[in-house]
Amino acid sequence: MANTSSTHDVKVLGAWPSPFVIRARIALNIKSVEYEFLAETPGSKSQLLLQSNPVHKKIPVLIHRGKPIAESLVIVQYIDEVWSSGPSILPSDPYDRAIARFWAAYVDDKFFPSLRPIKSAQGEEKAALVKQVNEGLVLLEEAFQKSSKGKAFFGGDRIGYLDVAFGSMLGWLRATEKMGEVKLLDEAKTPGLVQWAESFCADGAVKGLIPDTEKIVEFAKLIAARMKGSGSS
Amino acid sequence: MADDQVILLDYWVSVFGMRVRIALAEKEIKYESREEDLLGNKSDLLLKMNPIYKKIPVLIHNGKPVCESLIIVQYIDEIWNDRSPLLPSEPYQRAQARFWADFVDKKVAPRGVLWKKGEEQEAAKNELVETFKILEGELGDKPYFGGETFGFVDISLVTFSCWFHAFEMFGKFSMKAEFPKITEWAKRCMQRESVAKSLQDPKKVDEFVVEYRKKSLGLE
Repeated sequence: MANTSSTHDVKVLGAWPSPFVIRARIALNIKSVEYEFLAETPGSKSQLLLQSNPVHKKIPVLIHRGKPIAESLVIVQYIDEVWSSGPSILPSDPYDRAIARFWAAYVDDKFFPSLRPIKSAQGEEKAALVKQVNEGLVLLEEAFQKSSKGKAFFGGDRIGYLDVAFGSMLGWLRATEKMGEVKLLDEAKTPGLVQWAESFCADGAVKGLIPDTEKIVEFAKLIAARMKGSGSS
Repeated sequence: MADDQVILLDYWVSVFGMRVRIALAEKEIKYESREEDLLGNKSDLLLKMNPIYKKIPVLIHNGKPVCESLIIVQYIDEIWNDRSPLLPSEPYQRAQARFWADFVDKKVAPRGVLWKKGEEQEAAKNELVETFKILEGELGDKPYFGGETFGFVDISLVTFSCWFHAFEMFGKFSMKAEFPKITEWAKRCMQRESVAKSLQDPKKVDEFVVEYRKKSLGLE
């Protein structure tokens, strides 16, 4: 059955570099839902954003039939539940769901925060940060092996919740490797994840959403320069 | 479900453990509670069941571990889905429930007002007060955060109510004076047996906070 909601029904407030925004867009793509992408200008917050997410004032925000939903993982679950006739994003078994939610929270609470400081770190501090990220990747490799059961994705044959939660980070992961001059995703240590990363980025629902590594590197440099500069917000 | 084996690895004063106790009580699930000696030695079982964080609560259902309190509460709601629903059934309301529970975890749970001193403590106190203002507004005149029925957001926040006195002591503000709706809401929740039986005595929480500050953080 064709998707009947018009583009006006579904809007995503976001910005191309944000992995959290990418999650919402991949989820909508999985469900073949057309949407309007409203790009926020870096450095400023639109009236619509401030109205739609007054609590955190952050992107992404999904606006569905005029009603806002914030927090990327909340948005992904909402999309899965509303467009229930499309391919499932969360696993069907409650235990598998709990495991997927656990690792998605791990990506947000531990993995992504451990990645961010690497690009500007030096010496011993950098080595310690890299070690942390590598340990995290080994844990995620184990989770991948258990969850995928020999298939291409955490979700099995098709991309699912944890693929979306973790895969959305790949652009920044690769950019961090470049900026920090360090190898993080390694065939020797995490062969499953290396293969998975390729499959994920090539998936129909993901194509075009993970920004080029170069673009992210440029963007990161721009942000760093702005923060060091005049201090105007 | 009569053959279900349910074990909860818990710690008496943990707000996160209390959330799971409430959820299990709401669903009338029989379970075995095991107290962890968190300040001493963690059990082999805990280290095996939650190797990533080594934290409680951990729900062990028929030998399989579920970690992270809000994830556990959702799991309980989904497995024992034949009674006392904890999350709303409508997707938009479910999203709102998840949003606000996440807000409680991000903004109330850290409790910096108790664990820091000086300027950091002052900043944490201010953030906590701002947080409660937002929650007071969100609750409004509803009996519970979800509306007419007790649910997920209430469970995520009510366990902190036995810590309110400690917040007042160290933050030097009055919950009742500044947040009358939340204060009434907490009393209303305490009328539920699941909540009354799961929460800790505030006096014992105060004692714990004072002792933890001294012994583990070196603060007076």
